[in-house]
Amino acid sequence: MNKNKEQLLNKRYKAEQRFRLYGLSAIFMALLFLTIFIFKIFSTGYSAFQKTWLIVPVTFDAELMMLDQNPSKEDLQDADYYDIALKSMADLDPNANEDQENELKRMVSYFFEKEIKNELLNDPNLIGKTKEVYLTASDDLDQVFKGNYPRDLPEDQRRVNDYQLKIFDQLVANGKVESKFNISFFTNADSREAELAGIASSFMGSIFSILVCLMIAFPVAVLAAIYLEEFAPKNRFTDFIEVNINNLAAVPSIVFGLLGLGVLLAIFQLPRSTPLVGGITLSLMTLPTIIIAARASLKAVPPSIREAALAMGASRMQTTMHHTVPLSMPGTLSGTIIGLAQALGETAPLILIGMVAFVNTIPGSPMDPAASLPVQIYIWAESAERGFVEKVSACIMVLLGFLIIMNLFAQIIRHKFEKKWS
Amino acid sequence: MRKNGVKMIKIKAKDVDVFYGKKQALFNISLDIEENQVTALIGPSGCGKSTFLRCLNRMNDVIDICSVKGEILINDFNINDKSCDVVRLREKIGMVFQKPNPFPKTLYENVSYGPTIHGMAQSKQEMDEIVETSLKKAALWEEVKDRLHEPGTGLSGGQQQRLCIARAISVRPEVILMDEPCSALDPIATAQIEELIDELKKEHTIIIVTHSMAQAARVSQNTGFFHLGQLIEHGSTDKIFKNPDNKKTQDYITGRFG
Repeated sequence: MNKNKEQLLNKRYKAEQRFRLYGLSAIFMALLFLTIFIFKIFSTGYSAFQKTWLIVPVTFDAELMMLDQNPSKEDLQDADYYDIALKSMADLDPNANEDQENELKRMVSYFFEKEIKNELLNDPNLIGKTKEVYLTASDDLDQVFKGNYPRDLPEDQRRVNDYQLKIFDQLVANGKVESKFNISFFTNADSREAELAGIASSFMGSIFSILVCLMIAFPVAVLAAIYLEEFAPKNRFTDFIEVNINNLAAVPSIVFGLLGLGVLLAIFQLPRSTPLVGGITLSLMTLPTIIIAARASLKAVPPSIREAALAMGASRMQTTMHHTVPLSMPGTLSGTIIGLAQALGETAPLILIGMVAFVNTIPGSPMDPAASLPVQIYIWAESAERGFVEKVSACIMVLLGFLIIMNLFAQIIRHKFEKKWS
Repeated sequence: MRKNGVKMIKIKAKDVDVFYGKKQALFNISLDIEENQVTALIGPSGCGKSTFLRCLNRMNDVIDICSVKGEILINDFNINDKSCDVVRLREKIGMVFQKPNPFPKTLYENVSYGPTIHGMAQSKQEMDEIVETSLKKAALWEEVKDRLHEPGTGLSGGQQQRLCIARAISVRPEVILMDEPCSALDPIATAQIEELIDELKKEHTIIIVTHSMAQAARVSQNTGFFHLGQLIEHGSTDKIFKNPDNKKTQDYITGRFG
């Protein structure tokens, strides 16, 4: 009998040990996947935060720019920079023929004319002088410089030909190629040229969408939750509503996109591709999540608190507003953050309402066309140019950073609330 | 209080029936409760004494499936009448619960909550006074006067219960209902509360539900014995404990069942 008991006890301990082992290995697996994922993203993406510049001597020849003596500011604005820009690139190889001159021009971004113009506008005294100007390298050379470009491919399969590589290598040898922090990745809108493309438009688009979503979804959801939990009679009708809210939470997001397309764009004629429509569509998606979270946290408030307030002669409304709702706020807020985080990463409904359009302006309000970060990832991932590969990862990094900051913010708010109420 | 030897009746329950859905929990309860006395309601678990207590400030309204029939007259006014306003009623009839349930706010906010919502103080000073008197009456002032702005949930169980009593008396209710107020407390805290009850009956009518026969005998002047939803017997505590009319009461009191 005693021996039996000991065996049984041993068995129970062993079972517990095994269980702990399973738990640990599950956590280990999760961490492993996370590490691999983050490593992959970072190792591909980090280079996108660097940008390659060619340092090219530019002679600001007044004659080529068709400028008179003592030009005014407007004259400088309207001057023709194409010729001096072209000339400074062609001068990189004095022996270049016409075809080769064209190829030299393609070593920098099509924006190079503007970059030269800005240089002169900043310092009008440069007229007639020569200055070394930083020009954005083309995306392919950018990749060459970062070592991401397969130089050993046959020439006809490369977008950079041998001639360009030769000149580029000379520049590198002379120290005329420099890598700097890629500010334009954060300040530029999207572009067809990988070296100029940035996330400013989609970042602002995401922020505006989330704000619209929050402003619509949060009050509606919280009011609905409070009413259902604290005021509504429990009958078949409210049961029916509850079931349907749960159903709504399970509806695939693309369906909400179709709804936005069919109702917001087709019937209400709201402007296409805007964060306003995106935000409203996302709010439909976030609504059930917040309602469910808010109801759960209202339910978690102990009934004794409600009874205490009611017994003091507080009306139902006072009981709810003075006690139940503030106590449930931390839970509601974290539910809201989860909902918003979902919305932030949502792509499908935004594609349907046209936020996938190519937008090369930065939106100043929710009424301007914009993309959003996940859609931007989708657009870039579809692009053929090698330069976009690292941009996809970089954009994912920004999106993740955004999410982490949001969660941190939520935690801080939550913490403050909880301190106040316990 | 007895005026010219006549007992003043504060609450008069007439033929009260309570149903939870289809199940009847109280049958035909008729009970008079004297003013400025402590009335104890005793009986085995599930006998309906708490349910009856909750009829007196209409806390049963909160439960959807619960319905109350019959008349409950407080100051000759039927509180089950449609014209009765629950908020006003509960201002007059305070309640202390089984488990101490202070709001998760500061001590000050706990006590000032009732006076605030009923607009009983015109100034901060007046409110400070109400809070102080209430805490003093609840015999808690000396222990907490230096930490009024700390959370009430940080007090010990007995202190929390006295805080709840202070909260209940802050609005100067005429009646205080106590639902097993000491069941979660240790003997010392219980003794403090019992002393307090004795003190409070000078200004309030008190109805206390208790599981402890000894407590009923110690604190109450009148006792009602409930069994299976019926009021078996009621009368002065002396009589109920020493010389009950009903055999069931006798058995319960002597510990033969329950």
